[in-house]
Amino acid sequence: MSEHVLEAVGLHRAFADVRAVDDVSFTLPEGGSLGIVGESGSGKTTTARIIVGLERADAGQVRVRGRERGARSRGRAQRLARAREVQMVFQDPYLSLDPRTSVEDVLRETLRLHFPRTDHDRRVRELLDQVGLGTRAADARPRQLSGGQRQRVAIARVLAVEPAVLVLDEAVAALDVSVQAQILNLLADIREETRIGYLFITHDLGVVRCVTDEVIVMRQGRVVEAGPTAEVLAAPQHPYTRLLLESVPRPGWDPEAIAAARRAL
Amino acid sequence: MNEGPMKEDPMNAVDPATSTYTLDIQGLRISLPGTARPVLDGIDLHVGAGETVALVGESGSGKTLTSRSALNLLPPGATVEGAVRVGGQDVLTMNADQLRALRTNTVAMIFQDPRAALNPLRRIGDFLIESVTLTRSMSRPDATARATELLQAVGLDASALHKYPGQVSGGMLQRVMIAAALMGDPALLLADEPTTALDVTTQAEVIALLTELRERFGTGLLFVTHDLDLAAAISDRVYVMYAGRIAESGPAQVLFAQPRHPYTAALLASTPRLEAPAGRLAAIDGQPPDLRQESHGCPFAARCPLAMEICERQAPEPLHAPDLPDHRAACHHTDRLEGSPVDV
Repeated sequence: MSEHVLEAVGLHRAFADVRAVDDVSFTLPEGGSLGIVGESGSGKTTTARIIVGLERADAGQVRVRGRERGARSRGRAQRLARAREVQMVFQDPYLSLDPRTSVEDVLRETLRLHFPRTDHDRRVRELLDQVGLGTRAADARPRQLSGGQRQRVAIARVLAVEPAVLVLDEAVAALDVSVQAQILNLLADIREETRIGYLFITHDLGVVRCVTDEVIVMRQGRVVEAGPTAEVLAAPQHPYTRLLLESVPRPGWDPEAIAAARRAL
Repeated sequence: MNEGPMKEDPMNAVDPATSTYTLDIQGLRISLPGTARPVLDGIDLHVGAGETVALVGESGSGKTLTSRSALNLLPPGATVEGAVRVGGQDVLTMNADQLRALRTNTVAMIFQDPRAALNPLRRIGDFLIESVTLTRSMSRPDATARATELLQAVGLDASALHKYPGQVSGGMLQRVMIAAALMGDPALLLADEPTTALDVTTQAEVIALLTELRERFGTGLLFVTHDLDLAAAISDRVYVMYAGRIAESGPAQVLFAQPRHPYTAALLASTPRLEAPAGRLAAIDGQPPDLRQESHGCPFAARCPLAMEICERQAPEPLHAPDLPDHRAACHHTDRLEGSPVDV
């Protein structure tokens, strides 16, 4: 039995002649949190989609708790088991929830699918409580909720499945700063309680520092740097990582110099 | 509350006819049908010639509405009070012809998503020259020459004129938007989250470009953003909005180093930063007030760690800092902020 909850080994994926993902490998320890940073076109989202199973890799392996995640699952039981391995939280909570389904029904539907013969009433209350939504929110439709509340519902839905790994693709990018902080804190609490492994896809280095233990930096499909988050951010080795760090706005920030460095790279 | 040396307001005492600001918004109040409180509630804001001013706020705070008021682009059914002057002239009372001239030659806007602002079926060149040729303020050859010059100024070459939006990247397209905005030699540029959809390294390039062009053409820039750190990095002065009001305004460096409004302090504390220690963030509990709820007091009171009984009852007036007339905060407790739980 592997101590890693998730392993990606030599992932490749090409679209026509573009190598979207080019030999990407990483491991995520049990209860750990790994960030994938990169800009658009770096291949971070394609990597995430391969892990979840929304995209097929041309070559390479994805293992969850040491078992290979097959390219295709046969039959309902296998599909459900596969879904319980990895769940995903998307960027836009306005698009990832059905506008006609109430919060409670969203959760019940998921629970019915995965745990058909258990007490759902108690579990629904538990889940709402876990993501900081009152029972009053249970009857609400998504449009009656704020962006932050919707993202809480999306998180409750994936928690309902009790997955081994959670893939969060820019899950806080669409939220306002004050709400983003609430959700980041919530995610930290959940990881502490449940020991679910996080794969955090983001372009925001501040968010990476806040919620991940380790980080890989991707550029043009390749991993250019990897290591413990604190070390990578404090002493970046690759020029691209340095450029990313320097690009973060702060007082005394020199956009001119960054633009020049970008052209030089 | 009404007396005292901190209440006087030299800015509002300026005679409108002699106002030298490029953009001067005074007491702007906008109400929409079906809401219990005004969407904008007494906005005072100005942008000087060649000045960069950031307007910071979260979704629904009214920052986009405020910037759009400079073009008199207001939602249907809005009830408007106050004045919005561009170059001394009130845009709220302009007729259709005056507005068209204003939007062509005086004020230009750069939107967040360039792909949504350009027609994908028309060439970039046609898009660039369209506004000035349609209004006959420039002949077609002159406009094409000007477009070529501006494309070079934003770091693109003339071949872009013949391309379609789908053939260039998002960063390049945002440069095209900036070039288009400068076609009519505007006195004021409104940029509504112009870099939010871009990567950080591309964002730096677009900002560098805006800074350079602003210096070269002397354009006033109102930069609308939700990103406090970006606002601090690029602007001369900052306005922080909350629930349709200006919570705090002042010189960028002072405002971020020593915020005088608990909301500004809380926003700064809740931003995930590279330098801060890992761990939990100081999140602001709750959410901004709903437009369907009436509000009599300070709109931030429900989420504010310093709130007292007076905050629920009476909306605070903006007061300036003892030593800095430019640094103003609308809070009953600006003096209690230092060393308090919200102090960062």
